[in-house]
Amino acid sequence: MSTILAVLVDGVIYASWLFIIAAGLTIIYGVMRILNMAHGSLYALGAYAAASLAGAWLRAGLAPMASYAILVLSAVLVGVTVGPLIERGLLRYTYGRDEVVLVLVTYALFLIIEDSVKLVWGVESYFISEPYSLLGNVELGALSYPVYSGVLVLAAVAVGVALRYGIYGTRYGKLLIAVIHDREVSATLGINVNRIYLVTFTLGTTLAAIGGALTAPTVSVVPGMGVEVIVLAFAVVVIGGLGSMPGAALGALIVGLVRSAAVHFFPQVELFSIYVVMALVLAIRPRGLFVAAEARKI
Amino acid sequence: MTRFPRSLRRPVLISLFACSLAAPRGLARADEPKFRIGVVTFLSGAAAGPFGVPARNGAEVLVEAMNGGKVPAPYGKAGFGGRPVELVFVDEAGGTTKQVGEYRDLVQRQNVDAVVGYISSGDCLAVAPVAEELKKLTIFFDCGTPRIFEDASYRYVFRASSHAAMDNVAAAFYVADTLPNAKKIAGINQNYAWGQDSWADFESSMKVLRPGVEVTTSQMPKLLAGQYGAEISALMAGSPDVIHSSFWGGDLDAFVLQAVPRGALKKSTAVLTCGETATHKLAGQIPDGTIIGARGPHGAYAPDVELNRFFRSIYQDRFVLYPNYPAYHMSQAILGLKAAYEKAQGAGTAAPTQDQIIAAFEGLTFESPSGTIRMALGKGHQAVEPTVYGQAKTVDGKLTFVNVKHYPADKVNPPDGVKSADWIKAGFKAAK
Repeated sequence: MSTILAVLVDGVIYASWLFIIAAGLTIIYGVMRILNMAHGSLYALGAYAAASLAGAWLRAGLAPMASYAILVLSAVLVGVTVGPLIERGLLRYTYGRDEVVLVLVTYALFLIIEDSVKLVWGVESYFISEPYSLLGNVELGALSYPVYSGVLVLAAVAVGVALRYGIYGTRYGKLLIAVIHDREVSATLGINVNRIYLVTFTLGTTLAAIGGALTAPTVSVVPGMGVEVIVLAFAVVVIGGLGSMPGAALGALIVGLVRSAAVHFFPQVELFSIYVVMALVLAIRPRGLFVAAEARKI
Repeated sequence: MTRFPRSLRRPVLISLFACSLAAPRGLARADEPKFRIGVVTFLSGAAAGPFGVPARNGAEVLVEAMNGGKVPAPYGKAGFGGRPVELVFVDEAGGTTKQVGEYRDLVQRQNVDAVVGYISSGDCLAVAPVAEELKKLTIFFDCGTPRIFEDASYRYVFRASSHAAMDNVAAAFYVADTLPNAKKIAGINQNYAWGQDSWADFESSMKVLRPGVEVTTSQMPKLLAGQYGAEISALMAGSPDVIHSSFWGGDLDAFVLQAVPRGALKKSTAVLTCGETATHKLAGQIPDGTIIGARGPHGAYAPDVELNRFFRSIYQDRFVLYPNYPAYHMSQAILGLKAAYEKAQGAGTAAPTQDQIIAAFEGLTFESPSGTIRMALGKGHQAVEPTVYGQAKTVDGKLTFVNVKHYPADKVNPPDGVKSADWIKAGFKAAK
C-alpha cells in the first residue's frame, strides 16, 4: 500500500513539474502553430535567472522566505524581456511559413540561447538549495517529502486554473480562441492578431521560465539542462494532443505516473517507459488524446 | 619593402647569438619545432564545470610550468626533453560521432604529435579504433570503462589513469571494512556504460565480500535526467544500509540536493565513487559519514610529495580552487607522455620517433602528483594506481575526511590479461 502511495505522490510531483513547462509549449503551439524548440533553453534561462537573483538575495542575508517570490519574479523578468524580444525581433518575420521552417528557426534560436547562456554565466554550476528545504518536510509512511514539492503541485494547479479561466472566462481569452480558429478571419474582424501573438509568446516564455525557476532549488543549474526537458515536454504534448491544454495536463499526469510506477516496480524499463506510452497513444489516436476535430479550409 | 640596413646586420646577428648562449638552460628552446598535443575535454555542457574545465586548467598550468622548466624532479627538463609543448584544445561535447570527426581533424589537418583526452567512456570506445587506423599516439586521461583494454588490444592507445573497476572494488572493500553490519545495498547509477559497469562491479564485489548481501533496488535513470524524486523514494522504501552511486557532474549535484532534505543520505550511508568533484561546491550539503571516492589518490587524498605540492600551488595560484581529480588525471596523462618521450630520447637531444615513444611508454613506471603510476595492464598500455576512500565530516563548516583508507594498486586491480568482472567473480584471486 505504501508503495502505491509513493507511486502516486512521486508521479503527481513529477507531473506538476512537467505540466508547468508543457503548458507554455502547448499555448504557443495552440495559438501560433509554432513548435518551439527553444522552449528548453527558455526554461534554462529561468533557472539561471532564479539562481543568480535568489542566490544574491540569500547571500545578502535577506529574508529567506522572500526567496520564493524572487524565484517567480526572476522567471517573470525573463518572460517579459526575452519573450517580446524573440517574438518581435525574429518570429514575426516567419509567420505564415511552413511549420517545419519554424521548427528550424526555433532550433537555431535554441542553439543561440544555449551559447549566450555560456557567455553570460560560463560553464560553472550554480546552486540555490535553501528554498527546497526551508519549508520543512512531511512524512508519508516511511518516506519523507519536502513541503516544497507540495508548493510545486499547487503552482501547477494554479497555472492550470489561471489558464483555463484566462482562455474561457475572459474577453481576451475569447479573442484568443478566435485567433486559434482562424487567424485571417480574426484579423478582418478587427482583432489585433499581432498583439495576441506577442502576449501569447510572452506568456509561454514566462511559463517555461517559471518551470526553470521552480526547478533551480532542486538541481545544479548547468549548461545543457534544457535539452532533456524539451524532449519530455514534447512527449507530454504529443500524448495530450498538440495545442490542447487539458491534453497537456493529462499527458503530464500519464507521463508522471507511468515513470513513477516504472521506477518503483520495474526500474530496468524506466528509460523507455514514457516512450512506450507515447507510441501506444499515437497508435490509437495519432493526433493525441485531446485534439478536437478541425474545420478544413477550402 | 624596407630593407634592413646592412651596417646593422652584423651587430644584430652577434647580439642574437650572444643572447642564445645566455638563455637559461632550463627554458624550452624556442627554435625547436613544438610538440603539439591535441587536448580533448568538455568545455561546454554539464560535464564542463566539474570535469572538463578543471582538466583543461590543469593541462594549461602544468604545460606552462613545464615549458618554463619549473616542474620538480624528475621532470626538470623544459618541455618534452627541451622541446616546447603546445596545446590545442578541443571541446568534447557533441557525442561520439562528432568526436571521431574532431579526432580526425586534429590528426590529419592540425597535425598534432599526440592526442590527450576524453572524459566520456563512450568517446574513448569510439576514438580508440580510429587512433589505431590513423596510427596516432593517443592517451586517454579520465574515461573509466574497463572495456577499452579488456575487450581489445591497441598499439597507439594508452590510458594513464586506472579504470573504473578499481573504484568500485575499492568502494566494496571500504564498505566491508568500515560498515560491518551492512546487509542491504542499493544503487543509483546512470544508464550507460559507465553507470552499468560501475554498479555491476560494486554489486559483484559486495556479493563476494559479504555473501548473502541483499540488493533492495538498482535504479538506472537516464544520463542528465535531473529529477530523482521517484528514485529517491524507491531507494528509501527498501531501507538499504548503503546506497552506491557513480553519478558525476550535474546529476551528482542534483541527486545530493534532492536526497539530503529527504533524509535519504542519513538513513543510509551513501558511497559516491566520484564524490570528490562535488565536495568543492556542495560541502555544506554532504552529510557526515558519506563515503567519498576520488577515482584514485587525488584531490584531498593526494600524497604529500613535492610534485603534488607544486601542482596544487600552480593551480591554486591561477584558479583559486584546488585541483579536483580530473585535473590530477590530466596531469598524469601529460607527465606520463613526458616521461615516455624523455625515456625514448635517452641521453641525446634528438627528438624520438612516435614508435620510440610508444616503446618507452609500454609498461612504464612514472611519477605524478598522485604518486607512482605503473602502466601494468593492457600489455603495458593501461595504468594502475593505488586508491583511497574516506568519510565526509564537516568540522567548523569545512568538509574534512575521516577513516581514510588506502588500497594498494594490486589489491583493487585485476592482474594483466584477466577481465575485471571475471576477477571479481573469482573472489579477487591473485589480489594481494
